[in-house]
Amino acid sequence: MINYIIRRLLYVFPVLIGVNILTFVLFFVVNTPDDMARMQLGDKHVSQAAVENWKQQRGYDLPLLWNEQAQGVEQATNTIFFKKSVGLFVFDLGLSDNGRDIAADISQRMWPSLAIAIPSLIFGVLANITFALLLIFYRGNYLEFGGLFLCIVSMSISGLFYIIAGQYLIGKLLVLTPISGYAPGADAFKFIILPVLIGVVGGLGSGVRWYRSLFLEEAAKDYVRTAKAKGLSDLQVLFKHVLKNALIPILTGIVVILPLLFMGSLISESFFGIPGLGSYTIDAISSQDFAIVRSMVFLGSFLYIIGLLLTDISYTLVDPRVSLD
Amino acid sequence: MMTVLWTDIAVFFLVFFGLVVAWRSSKKEHLRRPWEKVFNSKTGVASLTILLIFILIGTLDSARIQHYKTLDTQELSTQAKTLSLLDIILTPIRTRVEKTYSEPFAHMAYAKEMGVDEAGQQKWRYPRLSFAGAHLSEPNSEKSGDILLKVLLGFSFGMLAWLALVLILSLLAGKFILSKGSSGIRVCLLTLLGVFFIVGCIAMLGPYYHILGTDKVGEDVLYQAIKSIRTGLVIGSLTTIVMLPIAIGLGLMAGFFRGWVDDVIQYVYTTLSSIPAVLLIAAAILMAQVYMANNPELFTTVEDRADMRLFLLCMILGITSWTGLCRLLRAETLKIREMDYVVAAQALGVKKAQLLKRHVLPNVMHLVMITVVLDFSGLVLAEAVLSYINIGVDPSTYSWGNMINTSRLEMAREPIVWWSLTAAFIFMFTLVLAANLFADVVRDAFDPHSNS
Amino acid sequence: MNKPIKRISTVIVSLILLACTDGALNNPYVQKEDNGKVIYTVFSERPKHLDPAKAYSSNEYAIIAQVYEPLFQYHYLKRPYQLEPLLAQSMPRVRYFDAQNKPLDETALATDIAYSEYLLTIRKGVKFQPHPSFNLVLHKTLPEDWAGDDLYRLPLATRVLTSDDFIYQIKRLADPATQSPIAGLMGGYIIGFNDFSKKQKALQTQFPQLRKAQRLQAESMMGVRKINEQQFIIRIKGKYPQFINWLAMPFFSPMAWEADEFYSHQILLKKNMSLDWFPVGTGPYFLKENNPNRRMVLLKNPNFHDDFYPSQGTAESLSAGLLADAGKQLPLTDKVIFSLEKESIPYWNKFLQGYYDSSGISSDSFDQAVVFSAIGGVGLTDNMRARDIGLQTAVTTSTHYLGFNMLDDVVGGYTQKNKKLRQAISIVMDYEEYISIFQNGRGVPSQSIIPPGIFGHVGGQQGVNPVVYEWRGKAVRRTVSQAKELLTAAGYENGIDSATGKPLVLYFDSMDSGPDSKARLNWLRKQFDKLNIQLVIRGTDYNRFQEKMRNGNAQMFMWAWNADYPDPENFLFLLYGKNAKAVHGGENAANYQNAEFDALFEQMSTMDNTPQRQAIIDKMINITQQDAAWLWGFHPKAFSLHHAWYKNGNPNLMANNKTKYINIDPVLRANYQAKWNKPVYWPLAIVLLVFLCLLIPAYLIYRRIERSTAL
Repeated sequence: MINYIIRRLLYVFPVLIGVNILTFVLFFVVNTPDDMARMQLGDKHVSQAAVENWKQQRGYDLPLLWNEQAQGVEQATNTIFFKKSVGLFVFDLGLSDNGRDIAADISQRMWPSLAIAIPSLIFGVLANITFALLLIFYRGNYLEFGGLFLCIVSMSISGLFYIIAGQYLIGKLLVLTPISGYAPGADAFKFIILPVLIGVVGGLGSGVRWYRSLFLEEAAKDYVRTAKAKGLSDLQVLFKHVLKNALIPILTGIVVILPLLFMGSLISESFFGIPGLGSYTIDAISSQDFAIVRSMVFLGSFLYIIGLLLTDISYTLVDPRVSLD
Repeated sequence: MMTVLWTDIAVFFLVFFGLVVAWRSSKKEHLRRPWEKVFNSKTGVASLTILLIFILIGTLDSARIQHYKTLDTQELSTQAKTLSLLDIILTPIRTRVEKTYSEPFAHMAYAKEMGVDEAGQQKWRYPRLSFAGAHLSEPNSEKSGDILLKVLLGFSFGMLAWLALVLILSLLAGKFILSKGSSGIRVCLLTLLGVFFIVGCIAMLGPYYHILGTDKVGEDVLYQAIKSIRTGLVIGSLTTIVMLPIAIGLGLMAGFFRGWVDDVIQYVYTTLSSIPAVLLIAAAILMAQVYMANNPELFTTVEDRADMRLFLLCMILGITSWTGLCRLLRAETLKIREMDYVVAAQALGVKKAQLLKRHVLPNVMHLVMITVVLDFSGLVLAEAVLSYINIGVDPSTYSWGNMINTSRLEMAREPIVWWSLTAAFIFMFTLVLAANLFADVVRDAFDPHSNS
Repeated sequence: MNKPIKRISTVIVSLILLACTDGALNNPYVQKEDNGKVIYTVFSERPKHLDPAKAYSSNEYAIIAQVYEPLFQYHYLKRPYQLEPLLAQSMPRVRYFDAQNKPLDETALATDIAYSEYLLTIRKGVKFQPHPSFNLVLHKTLPEDWAGDDLYRLPLATRVLTSDDFIYQIKRLADPATQSPIAGLMGGYIIGFNDFSKKQKALQTQFPQLRKAQRLQAESMMGVRKINEQQFIIRIKGKYPQFINWLAMPFFSPMAWEADEFYSHQILLKKNMSLDWFPVGTGPYFLKENNPNRRMVLLKNPNFHDDFYPSQGTAESLSAGLLADAGKQLPLTDKVIFSLEKESIPYWNKFLQGYYDSSGISSDSFDQAVVFSAIGGVGLTDNMRARDIGLQTAVTTSTHYLGFNMLDDVVGGYTQKNKKLRQAISIVMDYEEYISIFQNGRGVPSQSIIPPGIFGHVGGQQGVNPVVYEWRGKAVRRTVSQAKELLTAAGYENGIDSATGKPLVLYFDSMDSGPDSKARLNWLRKQFDKLNIQLVIRGTDYNRFQEKMRNGNAQMFMWAWNADYPDPENFLFLLYGKNAKAVHGGENAANYQNAEFDALFEQMSTMDNTPQRQAIIDKMINITQQDAAWLWGFHPKAFSLHHAWYKNGNPNLMANNKTKYINIDPVLRANYQAKWNKPVYWPLAIVLLVFLCLLIPAYLIYRRIERSTAL
């Protein structure tokens, strides 16, 4: 077990190096360091000297991947790629292109993202499971057909509509929540209630269908028949046996996405003006701040791999038959 | 003279490819049976009919010809305008451009404007539209009757055309297909009846009113929504062309050869799928823009440029989305290669390529089929989201995403401009709902483990 | 099965609970915060720099101009714009010297003047805001019990302003590590500026350990000399009357060396606390909270010097009630809250709900807010008037233009053929229509490069651009047929190049990508269509566009210029040959070079605003109109709305430090907010009802199933 985890952790390195090379190449095919400098310096009275000065201060005056002028190992190490990548692996994210400390910004912006993501996840899963169980309980009934059709309908509506309609109806017409904004601490409640509600409702269609198929698989198993034969009522079987046994795939499904909750939601954060990591990423893309984009990609990839690892581990924890050796 | 854009070629290739696949699978027993299941399901046939109508519109929109404008001097202009067949069919809707917003079925503009009234007085008032309802002299009293009449006319024309179609088909089949035909044909024809009604109404009303209103520069919203069909379809289907060869090739190889091949392929897809897709797409779209800016001679018109961007967007979506299917195919191949007949064939010295083609590929095709249909609707929805953060299609391309994006500003107006959003919603919803229902039926038919 | 009901009811109960605790449910602010004299406003993106040596855009000035104060400011109410002392005690005494350093008198010719000297005297007794940096012990170590979240929890101190602080800031401008945007420009004027820059660079490489404040104080700058604690001298090359306008910009605000020293703590840098984020100034407010991801809060500076609301102004300002607060000590408010609002829609909606005090008008909300009356005046819609919202309009001191690249073979050049092509295009480009479609009529078509409100602008018949307009009681655009004649004379009859027989194709380089750009570019194509010229749009991103402009590869482009200061020189220099972008890297993006114009420019730029100067400017404008290197485009009009409780708002396009004059009536605000934000509950009840209705069949079926399994 420990061995497995260590092996998997070691595997993280080549993947992260690959990710880093890919983002690096993609970005610098597009932008030269000169472009970045001019983007940051604005457009009034910018001289070439100012550009050179900026590059030198930010360490963008080196060759990209290979330094012809240097000697020996320096040929590979005295480059923008090497200098900028090394820090990432020890989680020293450094300064953004406009001079702010990225780690400080991330640690600050992570909380609003979590404030939206965690309630959305919890309430979403609860709602999905409840409705999925209800659908199974009413199997073969018009309530089930109606419910399933509603699921497909809600899946066919773009998430943007939920956000636009929700903001317009609840925020503007009914005047029940602030249109956008955020406040830390307990004051956050009134700001997150709408995004969370929309997140839960928007994900209901596909979520309910997914959980339903999970429960159906479980309900088809022999022990369910046995339990029914014993005279347990449908409702009891459903909640006592089916739900309990389906918890394993449910939990492992949630564990995968747990780390990625940090990354925030791109769309709903920017719609509701929530200062989280999702809007941080979007802003960095539009202002072409390479340092932030690279850090966020690195962080995202890292968390994704951790998520995969956690899933594997949680399998062994909940199901003794699975072993990782 | 024809002008062909990149995505046009792709659309025609896709249609051709689809026909070939349909023809080939009709000859193979193991593929025909599930399809028959699909055709016997009412939902399946109805949604397929709707999808085919959308595809027909998309294909019509991909066939382009050069169109020369007539100058004031009655000469033909030297500058050609490229129009698709769909544009030409929709000419009455396309060319009736108002000044700015107008509500559906309105005869007056949405905003007040300085103008001269009958008495010759300068007044701040709602001006009449230059096209919509212009044939009415007393619009306030005449309009509703006129609209009702046109709707009825549209219905009857639709009915007539439909009856004609039924008659022709019956003659061809040698029996009255409404009562004697298979249930699939009947459902298909009934769906078509609905479509014919709608088309009839549009044909009657379109030249006189803006059925779904006009946008900020006065362009008909219905026209925009119809033009967006092609974009949606291209994104939903072209992406799969890119994705399928990579996913199938790598997935089979990883599962079949194992060893270092498997390691490398697993490494590649773990790496790719661990990068947040939005960031990858953003970087690629930026790159495409730079490429186009550096090679302006390759893209002389806005259409070329927009088309290239659409094409590249499909490519990059394909590159980011193959990993899921690849993982699935790898697992399935791992299972298949241990099966007796494969082991036997291998022992008999059948070449590996043959083995893959004959025994492995056919056995994973159902997975491919299900993934393609399921992904389609997801991609159509993704387009809207990407356009919202400006890394989707070009702003000059007609697309539902762009319509939604602009409608956010319109929602803030007072009175609100709701029709662009509604139009995009209706069209997108219809397409995605049809695709989802169809995907459900296909999955039930193809998936051996399906539970219904 | 009753889980969902429970959940819905918890939501509703909590909503009701919330309704009891808070005034309005949708209040985007935390209620604990006062309802006192607070200005609620927005910032749309994180300001890049709050260091006055670096900041150069309006969103940065919105904050730092309230915190830092330069020597001079523009009078809030007087027009034309007039400078008055702020931190200075009086206007500067300027002396001229010739090349041999001999004093010259006031009337000396500009060509004889080799140096000008500005003697600046600063106000007595001005103190800096309370700030930890003046606590010199803190330069060494920070107290251990400090949590590291709030700078103002550290022991605070202050200090009296001296002339050293101004000199220190000028040195910071020259410091290569600062990367000041005006370093290049000032290097051309202030004596010893470039030398100082070089010396600092050498020092930096030689002693990398040297801290910034020590390094800057180690050297002196030739042209900047301290006389005593109250006085110093700046010496510049030649005669440059616009220099005083620069002295009124935040670049020349005083900076305490202690600030640089204090912020060199590594711990502070890790927490994003630097001089670039937490300014240290003498102004009416200080920046208490800076969370650029959410909001910034300015608080009244307790150490602020005497500064009173002006008691003189134009007749209009008197009738608008702008003198009600005359003579009161500034600032009139205690707190300013800037909230991050990236998008226009929530901004507008919250303005209408009363949560922001003022707002611009986006083109999408224009119809909703503004009507044009029969006589062409503007007014507010009934809806806005019912809310007691006020409207202000002003023609901005900026110009939006379409430039031709004069280095281009087709549209550039100075022959009659080239000129006539450009003139023809100038005529058909119907900017009146452009303004009405894309600006909602908020703009004035330009006749020349100089916008109204700036010396040199001529209105009426005299100012009309004869190439594009005819005067018939008002300026009337020449007809398309006149343009076609010009086009024929240029050798492109009906859009066909007579030399090659091929249709004329022109290229427009754009960096537009918003949803509106499609309509704009279509409109542009339609204009060229009038001459049967095919226009190809080359869309690109910001970087590529800039690169094209630098290399002179563009053909036509649209751009805009905002005045730095109210002087015609700041506009005419955009056409000065030595500023050609592709040749000299200046701001002349059209790369226009005309020897006669350049000579007149050099003469004009050193003159005071006299009739002679006007005559020269008239001549220059005439030359540029004939050459038509630009389509003069339009000068946008700024419209802004404000609520009834927001007082003393006055469009002053030059002053950045306007916030201190604003007054707020908090009681009025609270009343309006309560009136406009009554929550609507009944739809919630309906949703609940529908849900309950669904429960009935569910319950019936439940009973049936239970009974059947029981059997």
